[in-house]
Amino acid sequence: MGQYIARRTMLAVPVLIGILFVTFALARLIPGDPCRAVLGERATDEICDAFMERNGLNEPIPVQFGVYLKQILIDFDLGESFRFGRPVMDIIVERLPVTVELAFSAMIFATFFGIIFGVVSAYWHNSSIDVATMMGANLGVSVPVFVLGLLLQYVFALLLKDTFLALPPSGRINPVIPNPPFYEVWGWTVEEGTGWHTFLEFLSNFVFFNTFITFNWEAFWDAVQHMILPAVAVGTIPLAIIARITRSSLLEVLSLDYIRTARAKGLAEVGVVMRHGLSNALLPVVTIVGLQLGFLLAGAILTETIFNLTGLGKTLFDAITSRDYIIVQGFTLIVAVSFVLINLLVDISYAFLDPRIRLS
Amino acid sequence: MATADSTLSNAPALLKTKEPSSLFKDAWRHLIQKRSAVVGMTILAILAVVAVLAPVIAPFDPEQQLIGKEDGIKKRSGPCIHMLGCPEEQPQHIFGVDANFRDFFSRVLYGARLSLVVGFASVTIAIVTGTILGSLAGFLGGWVDNLIMRLMDVLLAFPALILAIAIVTVLGPGLINALIAISIVTIPAYARVIRSSVLTVKEQDYVLAGRSIGVPQFRILTRDVLPNAITPLIVQGTLGIGTAIVEVAALSFLGLGAQPPTPEWGLMISAERNQIFTAPYLVLIPGICIALVVLGFNLLGDGLQDALNPRLNRR
Repeated sequence: MGQYIARRTMLAVPVLIGILFVTFALARLIPGDPCRAVLGERATDEICDAFMERNGLNEPIPVQFGVYLKQILIDFDLGESFRFGRPVMDIIVERLPVTVELAFSAMIFATFFGIIFGVVSAYWHNSSIDVATMMGANLGVSVPVFVLGLLLQYVFALLLKDTFLALPPSGRINPVIPNPPFYEVWGWTVEEGTGWHTFLEFLSNFVFFNTFITFNWEAFWDAVQHMILPAVAVGTIPLAIIARITRSSLLEVLSLDYIRTARAKGLAEVGVVMRHGLSNALLPVVTIVGLQLGFLLAGAILTETIFNLTGLGKTLFDAITSRDYIIVQGFTLIVAVSFVLINLLVDISYAFLDPRIRLS
Repeated sequence: MATADSTLSNAPALLKTKEPSSLFKDAWRHLIQKRSAVVGMTILAILAVVAVLAPVIAPFDPEQQLIGKEDGIKKRSGPCIHMLGCPEEQPQHIFGVDANFRDFFSRVLYGARLSLVVGFASVTIAIVTGTILGSLAGFLGGWVDNLIMRLMDVLLAFPALILAIAIVTVLGPGLINALIAISIVTIPAYARVIRSSVLTVKEQDYVLAGRSIGVPQFRILTRDVLPNAITPLIVQGTLGIGTAIVEVAALSFLGLGAQPPTPEWGLMISAERNQIFTAPYLVLIPGICIALVVLGFNLLGDGLQDALNPRLNRR
């Protein structure tokens, strides 16, 4: 087991180095003058000389790559956004909570309903309910995230306005509802600017977490309502994929001999399908769930823009619009690294779930 | 007696051997039996007709601003179809008018053209590049294989849209650059498919035979190895066109793809997305169009996957 984990982890190292190289190369490949690309067309020669010198852009490329590696790996420094005048790392830490909450809400939605639809579809295989579910899945995979987001806004915030199904079209939480950070509620005195304060601030930016542990139910409920539409928009494609995989995997398992044995010895049908069938059919589903988490981060860019959530995606969108290369570079790096790490975790969890893998 | 007669007369028919049929003939037969694939093909056929005939069907130039050209034209006025009871004195605009006084129906029609071209072009670029890289890797092996495939691993480590965004940010926004970026991020999928096919075919006896009588390497690759790898490519490519269309539309939506006044669906949605509550048709119509095209390619791709798989469907 340990050997398997070590081998799998070693395999991720060259890919991570490759990712660092690609993100490094991206910034050097910007056509034209890097200084004017960052500082704008009106930067004078003196300012540009100083800029090139300060950022080490006059050094040979291998030296620059070495400096970049040191900056990232040792200092955890992703450079400074010229638009905000702040370190990119700070911006990411500040806006990460929204994206993480969105990605997890979407994942829970997709996994829960995806598995239910998949099981129903496989159990009543080839019935009209199966055909309808699979048609829905085909449609679900085909609707682009940004179209679905806008459609949901239209339906739930306009057509269903004044009904009990109405949902807010944008924002993370209604600003009228007070949502003080938990450390203030608990009366902690924390000095601003310290690492401890940054950490508490980071935690309190998770709106679900903050409202939950301060028993602020009104704000919690409001936050849930704000999250439903974005989570459905991002989660629909993974939901459809998970439903399809669950269906085909469960169909295969249900045709095996031990299922017939379980039925023959008189087990209740629910027990046969859920305990014996589903628990063995879930392996491929786990892989897909892990893979989709990476794509959720990509979907978050489009969704956050539409639903006006200030997370990483919205930040990236604004950075693209204002040509803030440093943010784009840092964001790409963070997403790719988390994507690789998630895949690594999935592969390792796979080994825990399936003894055949760790023994081979 | 009658039974004996019919058995006898049937005998030659039973002995008759099945007519030889090619893989593609078989595949076609299976494909048109599958309802979902037929639905997909129908959607795509309609779309192709619309795309080709766009200049004939469209009542207006998609980029022409009609202000001053037409009496009483209103910004973002809703759909007006005479056959459905819209008063005759109002000018007919089937999908309404957009914020720049352009006929939205004409723009949507031309959008079909652009989407199909973009989808096919980016997948073609990706397949050609992927085939070259994958066959080199599989055929030559050794360090070439290692180098190429590790590079592909790195590309696969990025979620496709994120890497495409980064590439277009570097190249500069524009439809062509968006198309190139989408091609680059999809190359690894094709390279892998080709490489694994090449590896399998390379060990076959007929390749060895060819080699022993001195057929040049390149000829073996193009004549013996690649044709055998084409089936998975067709499936992957069909599904890939749908994905490419969505991703180029997403890049245009983010302002990185097509630039105004190009009639591109993603860009049209992006331009009017804040009008979702006041003029929803300007957002939802191009949105539904994108979804339909993608659905068409997905259904066809799934159908092809079953139809071209010799292990399934052989009865």
